[in-house]
Amino acid sequence: MATVIPRIDVGDNYKEKYGFFDPEKFVFKAKRGLSPEVVKEISWMKNEPEWMTKFRLRALQIWDKKELPTWGADLSSIDFQNIYYYLKSTEKQGKTWEDVPADIKNTFDRLGVPQAERKFLAGVAAQYESEVVYHSLHKELESKGVIFTDTDSALRDHPDLFKEYFGTIIPPGDNKLAALNSAVWSGGSFIYVPKGVKVEIPLQAYFRINAENMGQFERTLIICDEDSFVHYIEGCTAPIYTTDSLHSAVVEIIVKRGARCRYTTVQNWSTNVYNLVTKRAVAYGDATMEWVDGNLGSQITMKYPSIYLMEPGAKGDVLSVAFAGKGQHQDAGGKAVHVAPNTSSNIVSKSISKNGGRTSYRGLVKVYPGAKNSKSFVRCDALLLDEQSRSDTYPTTEVDEPQVRIGHEATVSKVSDEQLFYLQSRGITRAEAETMIVNGFIEPFTKELPIEYAVELNRLIQLEMIGSVG
Amino acid sequence: MPDFEIKDLRVSVEGREILKGVSLAVNKGEVHAVMGPNGSGKSTLSHTLMGHPNYKVVGGQVLFKGKDVLTLPTEQRAKLGMFLALQYPVVVPGITMSNFLRTAINAKRGFDGKDKSKAISVKEFRALLKNEMSVLRMDDSFLSRYVNEGFSGGEKKRAEILQMAVLKPEMAILDETDSGLDIDSIKFVSDAVNKMRGPELGVLIITHYTRVLKFIKPDYVHVLVNGEFVRSGGAELADWLEAKGYSEWVKEPAKAPAALEAK
Repeated sequence: MATVIPRIDVGDNYKEKYGFFDPEKFVFKAKRGLSPEVVKEISWMKNEPEWMTKFRLRALQIWDKKELPTWGADLSSIDFQNIYYYLKSTEKQGKTWEDVPADIKNTFDRLGVPQAERKFLAGVAAQYESEVVYHSLHKELESKGVIFTDTDSALRDHPDLFKEYFGTIIPPGDNKLAALNSAVWSGGSFIYVPKGVKVEIPLQAYFRINAENMGQFERTLIICDEDSFVHYIEGCTAPIYTTDSLHSAVVEIIVKRGARCRYTTVQNWSTNVYNLVTKRAVAYGDATMEWVDGNLGSQITMKYPSIYLMEPGAKGDVLSVAFAGKGQHQDAGGKAVHVAPNTSSNIVSKSISKNGGRTSYRGLVKVYPGAKNSKSFVRCDALLLDEQSRSDTYPTTEVDEPQVRIGHEATVSKVSDEQLFYLQSRGITRAEAETMIVNGFIEPFTKELPIEYAVELNRLIQLEMIGSVG
Repeated sequence: MPDFEIKDLRVSVEGREILKGVSLAVNKGEVHAVMGPNGSGKSTLSHTLMGHPNYKVVGGQVLFKGKDVLTLPTEQRAKLGMFLALQYPVVVPGITMSNFLRTAINAKRGFDGKDKSKAISVKEFRALLKNEMSVLRMDDSFLSRYVNEGFSGGEKKRAEILQMAVLKPEMAILDETDSGLDIDSIKFVSDAVNKMRGPELGVLIITHYTRVLKFIKPDYVHVLVNGEFVRSGGAELADWLEAKGYSEWVKEPAKAPAALEAK
């Protein structure tokens, strides 16, 4: 049996903002750092089939060989050997809310999970520590053949389906961080929607890091079979700890002919987290993939949700918002790869920088020869709240087909004195007025969110804006 | 002591003195019109009264409720009961009129996001708007539009007066509220302002043309030329100006062709 590790001390600057801490009850705690032994141990703990153990070890070899990206944000201060790669908080997953331990419920309470959960009783897979502890699935969905589970369970319970798709969209060799995730992944969501099934209620999961020096490497795989629909929502928040944390997820999505998938993220990691995520979807004939991606927290985020438009009529949207405050660098954007004719993509990126924060839009639009009548439009709007803040755009367009329509627009703006004066002349304080202007700026994003998330996002912006007025 | 008093106000913009010692007293229940040709300092007056950062006060005082409002930030002036209807209302993308109005009402009520008892209830808010919007002939769709975005000239000015109606100021400054308005809009806007007139409200109408004064009859008219008041009188002074224009002081016709008005 595994040992119980007593609580870990939190740092001095553990903040009131997320001022809660549950004594950690670990069933198992891996050693710090990466090695074939650690990887084997993770796989053994999870009682995985041999092919997965081999997959992990192969990924580790790729990790050893590959270099970190030299473009984008500065990653040199991450000490990969000082990170726990696997933590397990309870022996068994709770199938119902009653089975979930009280202290974990407490944490979710403070994060506001239950409200959202009760409203969307379709099913919740909430990740606490490195593993999903709570997971419920609405009977109706089950009867329609929808699978919504954590990724570990999916490997165990749906081995054939799992093996068919896992690692096919983002192979371990894709990039160094994808290799890392492939070697040590744990948790994440697995969704399969059968042909013609439309899941009307968003499926959602809550993620959280709750241990010092603990990385979180969830792995999400979504398969939308033909003519199906699903909306998956992930929201993240994390308590503040003193030393750097790493979050490096991989999300793979397959959207088959005529299907539609929307993936919504509201990310608010504490500002010591490195958030380095690889997200990619493939869309087949007349399928639609939509990434709705909001990045508020973290010290560094590098995330470029991409869509491969594989067959005629495929459509892809990336709508993203990034907010960078003091010491933060949000390097985000989107990629659209047009492989087939009559495909279209739309990338809208909105960024806000304040107190010396830095945002970058980094995007790629690629059109292969023969992808005739493809359309792509990219729009980046940056809002700078002061002179110290910074915003850059790095758009790349590679078009090898003449018969296409490609558009790109970029704007950089400041909060204008006229807007502030107008709002203040109605009794609204300057700080509130700035918040309103910022919330208005990201409204095209917010309006795509379910109402609870929109309210939460506006509140987070308000928190971020407090004290930003010079 | 008057309810609202401007004393020897001197203001400069980018180092140039625009208002050269302006004094004016407005009591609640009174409507004053400040008239003047282009460049006389009318907009400087309205913006300074509300505290726009581009206008630098060089001297003087503006007394309201025992305070020199010139020392207060803009939002405090609003909370004290001042209101400015802008000549060029500003677009705020992504913020609905409904959200804007509710936030403004709550700000005035001292709601800081915590004490919910201070915030206006949904029911009360709806009732308030329904009433005022019918006077201004505005339909509900207007509330879900973003602040001034894509508004016609008439819609913008009606939106300003709607804000005034729900915020219920005690001292309202209407800056060129009639400019860019068609005749119907002038009528709706004037009806709304006239409805608000009463012992609890002082009004300062700032205008180039006499047209709006046919609908909102002023008690007093003051002529501002080159940063100074050159004449004051009753409503008859407006009629006199309509006939003579500002030609006594500057070479410019008072009656401009309609095309000029539609800025």
